[in-house]
Amino acid sequence: MHEFDYRKAVALNEVPVLTAEALGERILEHVRDGWRVLAYFGLPEAGGDGAVGLCCVLAHDAEQRLAAARTAPLTAFPSLAEACPQVELFEREIYEEWGILPEGHPWLKPVRRSPDAPGGSGRDFYRVDGSEVHEVGVGPVHAGIIEPGHFRFQCYGEIILHLEIALGYQHRALMALLRPRAAAEPVAALRLAECAAGDSSVAHATALCVLRERLLGLGELSERCQRLRRAGLELERLANHCGDLGAIAGDTGFLPTSSWNGRIRGDFLNLTATLCGNRFGRGLLAYGGAAWGLSSEECADMAGRLAATGRDAAGSAKTMFASSSVGQRMAGTGQVTEALAREIGLVGVAARASGLPRDARFHAPLSSLPQAAPGPRTERTGDVFARAEVRRAEMEDSLTMVEADLDWLGRHPEDAAERERAHGMEKAALAQLPPQRLAVAQVEGWRGEICHVGVTGPDGDFLALRVVDPSFHNWTGMALAMRGGQISDFPLCNKSFNLSYCGYDL
Amino acid sequence: MFRILAERLKQGSRTLDWPRKEPALSPRYRGRPELADTACGDCRACYAACPAGALFTRADAPGRTPLLDMARCIFCGACAEVCPEGAIRFSRDYRVAAASREGLLVGPRAAGGEGAGGAPADPAALMGDRFRLFRRSLKLREVSAGGCNACEADTNVLGTLVYDLGRFGIEFTASPRHADGLVVTGPVTRNMCAALVDTWAAVPRPRLLVAVGACAISGGLFREAPECLGGLGGTAGDTGPGAPAVADTLTEAGLTPDIYVPGCPPNPWSILAGILALRGEGRPLIPDWTLSVGPGQTIVRG
Ligand code: SF4
Ligand code: SF4
Repeated sequence: MHEFDYRKAVALNEVPVLTAEALGERILEHVRDGWRVLAYFGLPEAGGDGAVGLCCVLAHDAEQRLAAARTAPLTAFPSLAEACPQVELFEREIYEEWGILPEGHPWLKPVRRSPDAPGGSGRDFYRVDGSEVHEVGVGPVHAGIIEPGHFRFQCYGEIILHLEIALGYQHRALMALLRPRAAAEPVAALRLAECAAGDSSVAHATALCVLRERLLGLGELSERCQRLRRAGLELERLANHCGDLGAIAGDTGFLPTSSWNGRIRGDFLNLTATLCGNRFGRGLLAYGGAAWGLSSEECADMAGRLAATGRDAAGSAKTMFASSSVGQRMAGTGQVTEALAREIGLVGVAARASGLPRDARFHAPLSSLPQAAPGPRTERTGDVFARAEVRRAEMEDSLTMVEADLDWLGRHPEDAAERERAHGMEKAALAQLPPQRLAVAQVEGWRGEICHVGVTGPDGDFLALRVVDPSFHNWTGMALAMRGGQISDFPLCNKSFNLSYCGYDL
Repeated sequence: MFRILAERLKQGSRTLDWPRKEPALSPRYRGRPELADTACGDCRACYAACPAGALFTRADAPGRTPLLDMARCIFCGACAEVCPEGAIRFSRDYRVAAASREGLLVGPRAAGGEGAGGAPADPAALMGDRFRLFRRSLKLREVSAGGCNACEADTNVLGTLVYDLGRFGIEFTASPRHADGLVVTGPVTRNMCAALVDTWAAVPRPRLLVAVGACAISGGLFREAPECLGGLGGTAGDTGPGAPAVADTLTEAGLTPDIYVPGCPPNPWSILAGILALRGEGRPLIPDWTLSVGPGQTIVRG
């Protein structure tokens, strides 16, 4: 494995080519030593004759290091799924996309069910047999205004023995569209990346921008850009955490917070719209900078609204947490232990709620701006309560950071010379990508770490451009959290994870 | 209990008395585009800047301001930014819905203010009595068919305090059997096609169909994705190269929208205004000069 600084692109020839067996061993060793799998994917040979090898990128959070290795083209490799469950889904994805067989994989279920993929028509579900076992199927079309997915419960009475989650209904082939565009039409690609998961538009856009900037070796952006980008990202976190707390309150039957937060979430979205005209932050980012700035008056106006909205959000959350019935309903529901979270590679809010201090704002910071807290907000119990509490605490931090950013931006209006430099940077960021490089962007979206990995070929096009949404890691956690619970816990537990369907399906 | 009441007082009442009062939108909000007729020559800057392929040359005026197809537009504003003539600008009017696919084509306003026009201006005249039945109670069911979640979120938000959809007698139901119509978002993925057709079949008649977002109308940014069917708009050339046979299934199943709400995603007020227009309510949908080609007239695509 080649180890490198997370901010740097590496030359592809520094990434060692191993045999499939050796790559598997390295992955297992590293995971034993505290590394985790960021991405594991098929890497086509340059020249496009259809030969595909494997490439794996690992991260060591505490050391802020990444590691990568690859193999020569192959048609099969020994599966690690049993020894290292966090690669299980990646192996299925590799098989579905390229037909490369992970030998010994326990169950090659379809990931996104592309109709033409190998195994794409497989629709088998895991079944528990027994005279008193029954099966409940839900979806793809659910009761609310929500994306489609199919859930199948194996139950014994009210107790859930197993939940199987079958996704793929939202599969739009986003990665296939993005790969050629990201090199040839970067701006169009950025607009597309914003649609990877609508509620994480800013985070996905940030990841694609950072990936390009790292491939080009642009270095750190101006403090203004960093602050504008961070304000967008933290406002996105505020809006979604606030909406989630409302949804959790709603599913515990606590309507005050449920209805207040629906409205307060909108106020946060409207603050984002003040930044760039779009409630989801689309168009805020530009390669090498930010597409919009703020005048001192706009900063003052936003700061005032932010403070008022923040007060409403805090009051609403406080009311919810002060209700003993809400607390009781959340406590102990949908638990994931720290060991399990580590084993399956959970990220984001769900990981932190189980005690894992995983937060890309700390292990892969995008800038040197000070954080609001000394470290990731973690809890120990891994239940709905913990996931709600992590959100509540993080909202406080995000408010502090956006306040600081608006304050700074208000005191530092942009002058002509700086604008000139910014334009230069944005222009440099649209240059052709250097050949034969590998770079990684990790961005802590509100749901968890979003990871984009890019590998360029000899002519500067992307050989591979992987988009890994936190949902890709976390749906398994959601399924396991339901074991031993009741079907009536499902909506509540689902809200506390609030995973993306299209972010997984891509 | 007292704590809840105290907090309730603090949170106040936030429902906007719409449509009597207008919402405060961001000064940077990009609403319905307005085009001025200029001589472009072979500038083509806007065509190059558009990530959505939403600009078309007018067959009758090739060297002049293009047509902007709101069906594909994601309202990113790039075209307006690069145009050296200032021929394209985005107004702050959030009433962008149209009752036909052609109604989404925005042409330049002719000098003097009046355009070639001919577009219906008044929702009442537009929809007639077709959906009168739903005047006081309209139940809708939403289906996301590949949506990115933003269109869904801004539809969902209509149920919150600010918009308070219920006061218009409109409600989203859990089952299509209880619904009077469907709201569809997303470019219709191949994997969701069957579920969408089944859901539509389960809606009792008379029923109505609302397409929300660029994806649902034209495929949006996923127009060329082989895994998507290019939305419900069904105009030739907008169908994904993937499986035209399946796209026919959508048309055969009668999935032709009664109202189109463009945007990526549309503002919630745009969606609300669009749904109300279906019942013949609200202010004019689009001013009559925005439309310069009617059904049957040709434009040059691509
Ligand atoms: S605003 Fe619409 S027409 Fe203009 S560039 Fe963007 S997508 Fe294209
Ligand atoms: S139109 Fe835009 S916002 Fe709506 S589903 Fe499509 S990509 Fe998402």
